[in-house]
Amino acid sequence: MTTMTLNAGEAGPAEDQTANPASESAVEQSAVKARAANTNIEVTGTVGSPFCDDAKLSMRNVNVFYGEAQAIHDVSLDIGRNQVVAMIGPSGCGKSTFLRSLNRMNDTIEGCRVEGELTLDGEAIYGPKVDVVPLRARVGMVFQKPNPFPKSIYDNVAYGPKIHGIASRRAELDEIVENSLRRAGLWNEVKDRLDKPGTGLSGGQQQRLCIARAIAVSPEVILMDEPCSALDPIATARIEELIDELRQNYTIAIVTHSMQQAARVSQRTAYFHLGKLVEVNDTETVFTNPEHELTEAYITGRFG
Amino acid sequence: MQTPTLFALLLLLILVAYGTGFSRALGAARSRGGIRSLASLPSYYGVHTALWCGLPALIILGLWLVFDDAIIRTLVMGGIVDKPESLSGQNLLYAQIQNMASGNLVGEATPQLTAAAEHLNSLRHGGQWLQTALILILSVGLGAYALLKVSPEMRAREKVEKVLRAILLMCACAAIFTTVGILMSVLFESVRFFQAVPVTEFLFGLHWSPQMALRADQVGSSGAFGAVPLFTGTLMVSAIAMLVAVPVGLMSAIYLAEYAGNRVRAFAKPLIEILAGVPTVVYGFFAALTVAPFVRELAQSVGLEASSESALAAGLVMGVMIIPFVSSLSDDVINAVPQSLRDGALGLGSTKSETVRKVVIPAALPGIVGGVLLAVSRAIGETMIVVMAAGLAANLTANPLESVTTVTVQIVTLLVGDQEFDSPKTLAAFALGLMLFISTLILNFIALHVVKKYREQYD
Amino acid sequence: MTDLTQTQVRERIAARLASRHRKEKLFRGLGIASIAFGVLAVLVLFTDIISKGASAFVQTDIQLQVTYDPAELGIEQVDEESLAWANFDGVIRAALRERFPDVSGRRDKRELYSLVSNGAGFELRERLQNHPELLGKSETLWFNADDDVDTYVKSLSKSEDGFLGRTSEQKAQWILTLRESGELKKRFNTTFFTNGDSREPEQAGIRAALVGSLFTLLVTLVLSFPIGVAAAIYLEEFAPKNRWTDLIEVNINNLAAVPSIVFGLLGLAIFINFFELPRSAPLVGGLVLTLMTLPTIIISSRASLKSVPPSIREAAMGMGASRMQVVLHHVLPLAMPGMLTGAIIGMAQALGETAPLLMIGMVAFIVDVPHGVTDPSTVLPVQIFLWADSPERAFVERTSAAIMVLLAVLITMNTCAVWLRKKLERRW
Repeated sequence: MTTMTLNAGEAGPAEDQTANPASESAVEQSAVKARAANTNIEVTGTVGSPFCDDAKLSMRNVNVFYGEAQAIHDVSLDIGRNQVVAMIGPSGCGKSTFLRSLNRMNDTIEGCRVEGELTLDGEAIYGPKVDVVPLRARVGMVFQKPNPFPKSIYDNVAYGPKIHGIASRRAELDEIVENSLRRAGLWNEVKDRLDKPGTGLSGGQQQRLCIARAIAVSPEVILMDEPCSALDPIATARIEELIDELRQNYTIAIVTHSMQQAARVSQRTAYFHLGKLVEVNDTETVFTNPEHELTEAYITGRFG
Repeated sequence: MQTPTLFALLLLLILVAYGTGFSRALGAARSRGGIRSLASLPSYYGVHTALWCGLPALIILGLWLVFDDAIIRTLVMGGIVDKPESLSGQNLLYAQIQNMASGNLVGEATPQLTAAAEHLNSLRHGGQWLQTALILILSVGLGAYALLKVSPEMRAREKVEKVLRAILLMCACAAIFTTVGILMSVLFESVRFFQAVPVTEFLFGLHWSPQMALRADQVGSSGAFGAVPLFTGTLMVSAIAMLVAVPVGLMSAIYLAEYAGNRVRAFAKPLIEILAGVPTVVYGFFAALTVAPFVRELAQSVGLEASSESALAAGLVMGVMIIPFVSSLSDDVINAVPQSLRDGALGLGSTKSETVRKVVIPAALPGIVGGVLLAVSRAIGETMIVVMAAGLAANLTANPLESVTTVTVQIVTLLVGDQEFDSPKTLAAFALGLMLFISTLILNFIALHVVKKYREQYD
Repeated sequence: MTDLTQTQVRERIAARLASRHRKEKLFRGLGIASIAFGVLAVLVLFTDIISKGASAFVQTDIQLQVTYDPAELGIEQVDEESLAWANFDGVIRAALRERFPDVSGRRDKRELYSLVSNGAGFELRERLQNHPELLGKSETLWFNADDDVDTYVKSLSKSEDGFLGRTSEQKAQWILTLRESGELKKRFNTTFFTNGDSREPEQAGIRAALVGSLFTLLVTLVLSFPIGVAAAIYLEEFAPKNRWTDLIEVNINNLAAVPSIVFGLLGLAIFINFFELPRSAPLVGGLVLTLMTLPTIIISSRASLKSVPPSIREAAMGMGASRMQVVLHHVLPLAMPGMLTGAIIGMAQALGETAPLLMIGMVAFIVDVPHGVTDPSTVLPVQIFLWADSPERAFVERTSAAIMVLLAVLITMNTCAVWLRKKLERRW
């Protein structure tokens, strides 16, 4: 069934989401190291303005380890309320790892350890008494590859509300599904076939379905891990519009490979390099007048 | 010449053929300036010659060995005027002739028997000569023919490879021959059985007692061949087994795949798989001597009557046997569910068990169903446990504490020991075999199809 | 639209959290229980069998002072004919009477004679055959005790009174007397490993069955490995994608799941009735097991061929090797370890198989060790089946002991397979 959804133009990029990010980053980091060695630039700290006043999420001195290997080095960053923050950088730089540590998705990877202070509205994310279940309902996530469940479109969106017991009546659930699909801009396309399998949609529609699924549990933050990397340009444009609309109600952190995308959708941009946060600034500043020479080298395409 | 000697001689001839073929090719090459001028390496010419020398002769020799007894028998028996009508009588007579021919006289030597024995001996002797002559002429003649054909232009390698490929194909077809062999063996005897006992009686009859009376005038002499009690017995034991194996196997697969850390997995998985390697006869012994008395005592302690060969004991042990089968098949299909689906569910705030129950299991369901069907087919065909622990009485009952019998148990009881090949009792075993083969075939076919489709979905 | 506020949603989620976590714990508990059940089953099975069978490796022996008295034996000199007729049992009985001189009465005497296995006479005959000079002399020898005696003596170590069974009080008294004077001892049971089957438990051994198993496996290995590998090579390397190939594949997968007893029916109908091969012979057993293990070997060999990377084939092909040369020179050697592992696992499967062999008459009562693949024989699992059916109590421990031997061989084979895989496996 999945074969139907991938049109020729939507063939995925070379880099696939790997089941084990640890080995992926290990391999790629060494490649990046080799390239970075040519530039001979030492990253000492973060330049620019990593902090902001009205922070929804705030991270201080975050270190992430996969077993022995350290994937994130001492990263501090704020993500402001109703703001879109883009995270860019060469592959293997740790931006996805960092993103996954924001809603503790890294817990599912054996041997992964997160240190530092991470708070959501001032509450610790990694506190000893924190329950990941409501946490993940508050911090939703959209993945690189569209991953609708092999269920109907309706059931895909209704899944979250059902397991959390958000809707008390069937009518309420219907309403949540409709609202979520509307917000994800998918309602008009699928309203007549809600009982058809979600895997039968096109790639772009699947990704919007995943976004609808995520917003159906009314999250406060949505994390997006390269949400358009498996999509064709038209579907990508549609998602980017959607992200801009969603900003009204949600705080969004998006990892992207595409600098153009970061420039189009985000207010602030963070540049990661070899597990370190090199520079954070207003998006415009990063792309027009970067402070750090590595950032400049990256956005001008000298590596990446 | 005796067959082993002939065989050894043939091997020697093949070696010689290889050597001469090899050196002839070298010789032909020398006059043309080295082995570069040959179409193939000299060893291929050797093999080519050896194949011509040996292969046809070996095939003929094999066919000879398979058929010579039957042909000689037909010839000998054909020479006897007043031979008995029945097959068993003929067998007896022929055995007598054979004994006499080899010098162990049993019973009275009638002139007719003596003549037949002499006939047999002369046929055997002549056959031996004919065999030796035929094989040697064939092998030397064809070997020489191949040797003559050795020339630098001949593409020996292609020819050798063609033959090799044909041999490989024959080996691959062994599976088909086996299936055909199974079908033929059960089908023929079943047809003979159904000539004696109507199909409808066999399939729908409620009474099974295959013991044939010794004399025709005995009471209840006909024997009853209603197989329904066997079918229900088989189903009951299999159902009990599946009730044990499916939940335990599935849950342990889920736990190992989704929850267990590396250490638990490395310890528990091989330990459970030991269960798969234990021979069924061991389970049968365990069921009969340990579990059955235990079940009986347990039932008595709560005031229930239990047979010492209860369906429950056999089913429980069979279930334990099938656990690793279900768990390893489920493990495969659960691991084939992409991680991205789990991430998606977990990312929405599902607990692990919700992820498993509502996303992973529904996604893996076709594969799990396929695996369970294979397990059912295994339970139906399992023999030793039920033979040793389930009893022989063909009870039509729904009480798992009573003794039941199964299709496989009856096949074994009917066929072990002395048997006559034309009594309905023996033939009934083949009819049961046919039922068993057909039902497992259907189950396997559906299961393999479902699993294959499932695999394709996530590949 | 009546939108739920985020606070409302948060509250509703929080309200259900406790029950959801309870369910999670329950589910996890079920998983752990299942694993525990499986592990427990293994432990119970093994302890049950070991506790039943370990005692079979020792055997109660009785020491007797025997006199090769020509009068008692009824012979004058030692030659083949006189040995055949000699009354060795009489010698044993005389020795027993001498040890317990105050036993009188027919009943009591018979009771006394039953202390020693009735195979003791054969042992004496063999002894005299090998040492003719012993005629007229006497010596002290150990003999196997009768199985009832054995059972009683072994039960003594478990409880004070012991399990008498068919043993009378009087006999028990004799046994205790012998035991105290050191004339009755438990010694390592060599009989179990050197004898064939017997109606008498104390004389029954697994040698004949082991040799039968060996012959059967040999036939199976010689046939199934080459054919299986050849079939795998054809299917993996040469087979065109067509209906015929599909048919072969479906057949192989299907045969792998056909009940083993059906192969027994095939063996009976085709090999024995049609080709008139001898019943109870390892040859036929091997043929049947070949057909049965073939799918396993083909499937594992194919997997092993598949794991050889295509780059190897391309490299060899690029050098101008023919398809056949590529396979024989490069692919096959690389795939061999995997194929061998598959073959060992297939052989282990064949070694444990019972049902199809019952069909082709390998259930015969075999006392003599077979000398070839056409001699009547039995195999270890069938021997276990036969003993398990025997009413004598002493056979229970022998059955368990035979199972222990079988399991030990199987575990060794599987360990070899795992070791081979680890040792020779190549990761590409």
